[in-house]
Amino acid sequence: MRFRAKIVDLACLNHFSRVINTIAKLAKTCTLRLTVSKLYFILSDKVANGGVSMWCELCQGNFFDEFQMEGVAAEHNEIYLELVPENLSRALKTAQNAKAVKIKLTNKHCPCLRVAVELPSLSSSSRIVTHDIPVGVIPRRLWNDFREPSVPDFDVSIYLPVLKTMKSVVERMKNLSNSIVIEANLSGEMNLKIETDLVSVTTHFKDLGNPPWASEDGCQSSAQGRDLENMAEARIDIKKLQQLLAGQQVNPTKALCNIVSKRIVHFILLHEDVSLQYFVPALA
Amino acid sequence: MPLSARPPANGEPYVLAASLDNARHLSSLLRAVHFQDHATCFATANGLRVTVEDAKCIQANAFPQGGAPPPPPPPPSPGPGCCWRGSPSPALAAEIFQEFAVQEESVTFRINLSVLLDCLTIFGTSSLPGTSTALRMCYRGYGYPLMLFLEEGGVVTVCKINTQEPDELLDFDFCSTKVVNKIILQSEGLREAFAELDMTSEVLQITMSPDKPYFRLSTFGNAGSAHLDYPKDSDLMEAFHCNQTQTNRYKISLLKPSTKALALSCKVSIRTDAQGFLSLQYMIRNEDGQICFVEYYCCPDEDITEAEL
Repeated sequence: MRFRAKIVDLACLNHFSRVINTIAKLAKTCTLRLTVSKLYFILSDKVANGGVSMWCELCQGNFFDEFQMEGVAAEHNEIYLELVPENLSRALKTAQNAKAVKIKLTNKHCPCLRVAVELPSLSSSSRIVTHDIPVGVIPRRLWNDFREPSVPDFDVSIYLPVLKTMKSVVERMKNLSNSIVIEANLSGEMNLKIETDLVSVTTHFKDLGNPPWASEDGCQSSAQGRDLENMAEARIDIKKLQQLLAGQQVNPTKALCNIVSKRIVHFILLHEDVSLQYFVPALA
Repeated sequence: MPLSARPPANGEPYVLAASLDNARHLSSLLRAVHFQDHATCFATANGLRVTVEDAKCIQANAFPQGGAPPPPPPPPSPGPGCCWRGSPSPALAAEIFQEFAVQEESVTFRINLSVLLDCLTIFGTSSLPGTSTALRMCYRGYGYPLMLFLEEGGVVTVCKINTQEPDELLDFDFCSTKVVNKIILQSEGLREAFAELDMTSEVLQITMSPDKPYFRLSTFGNAGSAHLDYPKDSDLMEAFHCNQTQTNRYKISLLKPSTKALALSCKVSIRTDAQGFLSLQYMIRNEDGQICFVEYYCCPDEDITEAEL
């Protein structure tokens, strides 16, 4: 098993840091899956996470100038690591003006991702700051736990409103209630609602648009033939939604959610070279 | 038929209806009195007053609509003109609402101020240039929730906040004719002092006197005592009418929240009566040039006897 990669371009480095910051806000611990062409940050739905799951996919070519990976075996040319993304995020914070960042999988005393940040210096020799981030190597027999979740058979798919507005509203609502109801219909309308003994607040978004999903067999059966005004709704943990929105530092190219009434809300946030899917189950 | 049961004259179901182009004018004012979770709202055709109290010793009032009680008639003194002489001119009475209608003689309810502020700022507190949150506020009467309709950029938020029985409010009986000492200061002079008050001191001692030190703020904390003196001819002093040397102590924890009102204000009037009750009146000008008032009343600390300097 070998992995070494290098980023030299500052814009790529900042972009990569932003992605890691977003992941760090969503998961305390997650799985990093390395393949020849992609990196994946995966959180599988365990009770400990409150049942949320996450799938984030990056093309390595868009970030790394050098990328060499040898998996556990020839027929399974992948590496699965368990790590705390906050550690990686903190290491990258030192790299804001770096000349280069090298990441390497090492196993001196225990498996680590060694992040070496080469910083500019006034003298001819560079300064290098090295962070050793402990990781756990996930054995092949457990790889099945981390398969890509399928798009659920949703009732409504709708584009999200301007994230800045949604974030402000959800942050305030979080002060007032632990859970939030997201409801949306196929006429581009979405409502965010909270209701407690003290107060009820509803925010109405209109003209959001509904994404056209290419019809695969049976995939859209719930959504087809549906009354356009009919709302699909799910009550979810408001903190999970707030964490998702708080982690978005740049506006995505596309942001949408799929709602399976009373079951699950599936968020998809697409940037140019990163896709993030976040599944939040409905509360009982 | 008692007034409350009579349907409003023009058929509107609301006993209180108000609208405001920029909700921030209201939320920033209410933040200046937000040191407890609950507030009592009192509305008449003349205006709106929001009151917050603590420990039966301190009361803060915000006046987004209608003025603070008129300032006291000035004691005879050859001092320079003070713009607060006499009743406030119509320009000084706050009118931040574009529409304000009360259908009963008076409307009173208690409400959770923290929740109200979260609702008023639902679209965030930072202002993008050119955007503001429009507000419509409606109240059907006793037993009904307060309804807020907020709109920004085409997005509408509807809030329903439950109301409660109004508390009985303290009447400080701070009569303007019983004022012993009064000064009016520009707020910028006091802001730093209040922000840096030694909070290890239990009390804030205020001395007002026709003789030196004229106006002194003192604290007695773990590291020692601190005194801040303002001479009566200071540039910051807009009016100085002190007839008697008075030294009074107030629990610092009760007065600290007034720092918020001070931060927003351009001027503050500080008055004490014969019993040492303190009245602080803050004149606040918002970004549209409208003027509102916030006042704080505080009882002197009874545990400590007056100390002579």
